[in-house]
Amino acid sequence: MSATDSHHAAEQQTLNRTIEAVWRIESARVIAGLSRLTRDVGLAEDLAQEALVAALEQWPRSGVPDNPAAWLTATAKRRAIDLFRRNAVARRKYEDLARQLEAFEQTSPDLDSTLDNPISDDLLRLVFIACHPILSTESRAALTLRLLGGLTTDEIARAFLTPEPTIAQRIVRAKRTLADQQIPFEVPCGPELNARLSSVLEVVYLIFNEGYSATTGNDLMRPALCEDALRLGRMLAELTPTEPEVHGLVALMEIQASRTRARVNSTGEPVLLFDQNRAEWDQLLIHRGLTAIERAHKINTTRGPYLLQAEIAACHARARTPPNTNWPRIVLLYTELAQLTPSPVIELNRAVAVSMAYGPHAGLTLVDALAAEPSLARYHLLPSVRADLLYKLGRHPEARIEFERAAALTRNARERHLLLTRAASCQTDPTDP
Amino acid sequence: MRFMVIVKATPETEKEGALPDPQLLLEMGKYNEELSKAGVLLALDGLHPSSKGARVKFSGKSRTVIDGPFTEAKELIAGFSILQVKSLEEAIEWVKRGPNSNPGSDYEVEIRQIFEMEDFTPILSEEQIQRKVERRAELPNQTANK
Repeated sequence: MSATDSHHAAEQQTLNRTIEAVWRIESARVIAGLSRLTRDVGLAEDLAQEALVAALEQWPRSGVPDNPAAWLTATAKRRAIDLFRRNAVARRKYEDLARQLEAFEQTSPDLDSTLDNPISDDLLRLVFIACHPILSTESRAALTLRLLGGLTTDEIARAFLTPEPTIAQRIVRAKRTLADQQIPFEVPCGPELNARLSSVLEVVYLIFNEGYSATTGNDLMRPALCEDALRLGRMLAELTPTEPEVHGLVALMEIQASRTRARVNSTGEPVLLFDQNRAEWDQLLIHRGLTAIERAHKINTTRGPYLLQAEIAACHARARTPPNTNWPRIVLLYTELAQLTPSPVIELNRAVAVSMAYGPHAGLTLVDALAAEPSLARYHLLPSVRADLLYKLGRHPEARIEFERAAALTRNARERHLLLTRAASCQTDPTDP
Repeated sequence: MRFMVIVKATPETEKEGALPDPQLLLEMGKYNEELSKAGVLLALDGLHPSSKGARVKFSGKSRTVIDGPFTEAKELIAGFSILQVKSLEEAIEWVKRGPNSNPGSDYEVEIRQIFEMEDFTPILSEEQIQRKVERRAELPNQTANK
């Protein structure tokens, strides 16, 4: 008896995992299709959730249908029709909609083929509304993972190490804001498109970075979140194949993700780019990144900030050893990036690239120009870079002071130790005057 | 997590120079496009018949080369793809959605999980976890510039 029970329980668990998987695959398309019909993303998501609950109830008895997406959509639409019929207050407003839904259902028994063509348009509309600039970046990220990534509130909460009620509330508020402000379910066009696309890319990259440099939590990296961001990015690249910056972002993420294995050592310490074992870089992801860059180049010759960062990452990815790095090219790319998005940190990176390409003296001139930059006043990499260049130029007493200054500014104990060791080596150097 | 989807061979796929049915190619193309659009397909390749391949047998210090073709089609591989998905169940669901690429004979598609970094991470001691907590916020973001 108990053996049968446990067998039954195991079967139930497998089925639940299968339904979860179906949901992961189909939910975005189902929600996107319903959003077009109801013109209300929040309602569409609620209806899709109800269909999921119905599936969890019915599929254990009936088995998983051959076309689960069509089943979920049809079930959600029936709920929509019921809801609209019941809702007396909004009856008149919704009567038309209910008729449309019914007509739609009658004229299109084969949901899959009818939904096939407009589905990518609907998905793209869903991307743009989930990443609407009216919402905070945090809300956009949560809503995007929920609506397009098929993640549950609990999964999003765990990914961002935020209590579940906070995420749930964030999503509810976001959906309410979209409804209250009557944000249209559409793909923006004309000059608005670029700004709106930036907002989408920002959200995807935020999700990626949350996983890649894990600002909070026990782990240095949370690979699952990187995978979610990559999946969203790859999806977006197929939805908007003519946008070079989308391919640029995908390339940047693929190449950064290719270093996942190499950037943390066995004790969990971060490993800097030049100290990484390049044999551990994932060549498949590098290849995908380089291909994405090529796709962007085929569209046109303009380069946005994501594509430029991807190309810088690609220079490192192509170099089998650090000395093989094409530094003159990195200098050009940083120069272009600095013109597009001026920032002292980019200038500092450019100075490092210049020193690697054209010698420490050329680099030092650029670094000295940044000395008065207030935003870098407490940035330990400024004195650290300057110290390194001074050391290479044989100006050891000055280098020592800069290494010590950098050591005082860094919050990383290992790095502080390294900087103090280098400072000490300046003192005892026999060539020291 | 990543899975390798291994498509086993059939007598048809083992035939030399045999070209697949154009209709079938179209269906496969559509399916692969769907996988790409969902962002789950990382790589995909088909293999030549085993007559164009070889086996190297390892025994102690000796290495013996055996030229193809090999018998037992169902133990051979005709192609593979790499999917990045959330669970084995998701990989199964994607594979089930694929068209039958060989209606003439039965064949199997095997789904195997690829080792990831996490799989090699040993159980951490309290001290190591503490160190990770201290270091995590200081992990340099090496490509982002802002």
